[in-house]
Amino acid sequence: MDEQLNQTINEVLRGNDEAFADIVTQFQNGVYHVCYRMLRNAEESEDVAQETFIRAYTKLDTFDQKRKFSTWIYRIATNLCIDYLRKKKPDYSLDATVPGTEGLDMYSQLASSDDGPDDELVTLETNDTVLDAIDQLSETYRSVIILRYLKELPLKEISEILDIPLGTVKTRVHRGREQLRKQLNDLNKGELL
Amino acid sequence: MSKCSESVVMLMHEYLDGTIDRAGEERLREHLETCEACRLHFKQLERVETLLQNVQPVNAPSDFTQSVMQRLPESPKPVSRPTVVPFRQKLRRHPLLVAVAIFFVLMSATLFSTYEGGSNELAYTNEPGLVVEGDTVIVPKDVVIEGDLVVENGHLIVEGEVQGDVTVVKGTKYMASTAVITGNDEEIDQWFGWLWYKLKTSIATLGNSEENVADQ
Repeated sequence: MDEQLNQTINEVLRGNDEAFADIVTQFQNGVYHVCYRMLRNAEESEDVAQETFIRAYTKLDTFDQKRKFSTWIYRIATNLCIDYLRKKKPDYSLDATVPGTEGLDMYSQLASSDDGPDDELVTLETNDTVLDAIDQLSETYRSVIILRYLKELPLKEISEILDIPLGTVKTRVHRGREQLRKQLNDLNKGELL
Repeated sequence: MSKCSESVVMLMHEYLDGTIDRAGEERLREHLETCEACRLHFKQLERVETLLQNVQPVNAPSDFTQSVMQRLPESPKPVSRPTVVPFRQKLRRHPLLVAVAIFFVLMSATLFSTYEGGSNELAYTNEPGLVVEGDTVIVPKDVVIEGDLVVENGHLIVEGEVQGDVTVVKGTKYMASTAVITGNDEEIDQWFGWLWYKLKTSIATLGNSEENVADQ
């Protein structure tokens, strides 16, 4: 609970729309980041992140001010992202394994086609590697891993945002972590480790 | 890689979550000292953890706030908005009220079911002198009933005298010219009448039992 933020919220509720800009500024990076990691596309992420704030604005009177605003807005954001991904449903799934190539999927095919410029910094490369690995996780694990690591949220809050039990959050973090481990391991054939 | 017991892998994750207890940590350390496969597994997990923690945050585009503000719905909220609490929120704010309301709904449901279903058999106050023919209770001429008379699911014909109240539930009452009723008389055929009657009698019972307690 944040007194100052609640004051701003009440101002918006009283009809001062300009005050809403403060709320957007305060949470835009967090929300955009979550959307970007979920959707993997800058344009779509901006769209869904904006939609998140518009939703928040129109439903602001339903926000319980005894609770954390960040939990509420991340919940709207993740729900919109998941809806968006479900509606989008491509003709072929990148997560689907390619027939005849055991354990390989479309990502590994895409990755092998461009061998990345050599001038990239090594640190950036490792950063990218783990991001690619996150992208390959299924939606279920991805949302949990993103909230856990990229937003550094406590497990309890993640369970509130995604509306799933704490035990489920833990299991998903564990399985997500294991999948990432396997992927990075396969990718680097142990070299990185 | 050899598969060590899943409980060890579980301990690794608990360690990374920061939820492991001392005994668990001890067990994990002991196992890792002896099992190379698990040591490698654990190192890989720690590596993943470090990589994840080092991921750089992505910032929103610089004009993000303006874009949102431009897209806000045209019609501003009415000034009185905060006073209009949505129904669902009202429910959440007054759990006691909701509980009371639910209680009454359930209570009335049982009452109605006794009205609708209940027993459809004739029931009446057994006073000496009453004559019963089929579903009709008759107070014959020259008979004086000294108490209250209640007839349920049947008809009542009064030719004599009733010195108390007369109540007919789901039935009709015929009065001969010679009939005398000293108390109140009523016919109950509607559900609200029935409800009112039930409430009245149960409150009266409550009052009586209180009096009894007071007497003792």
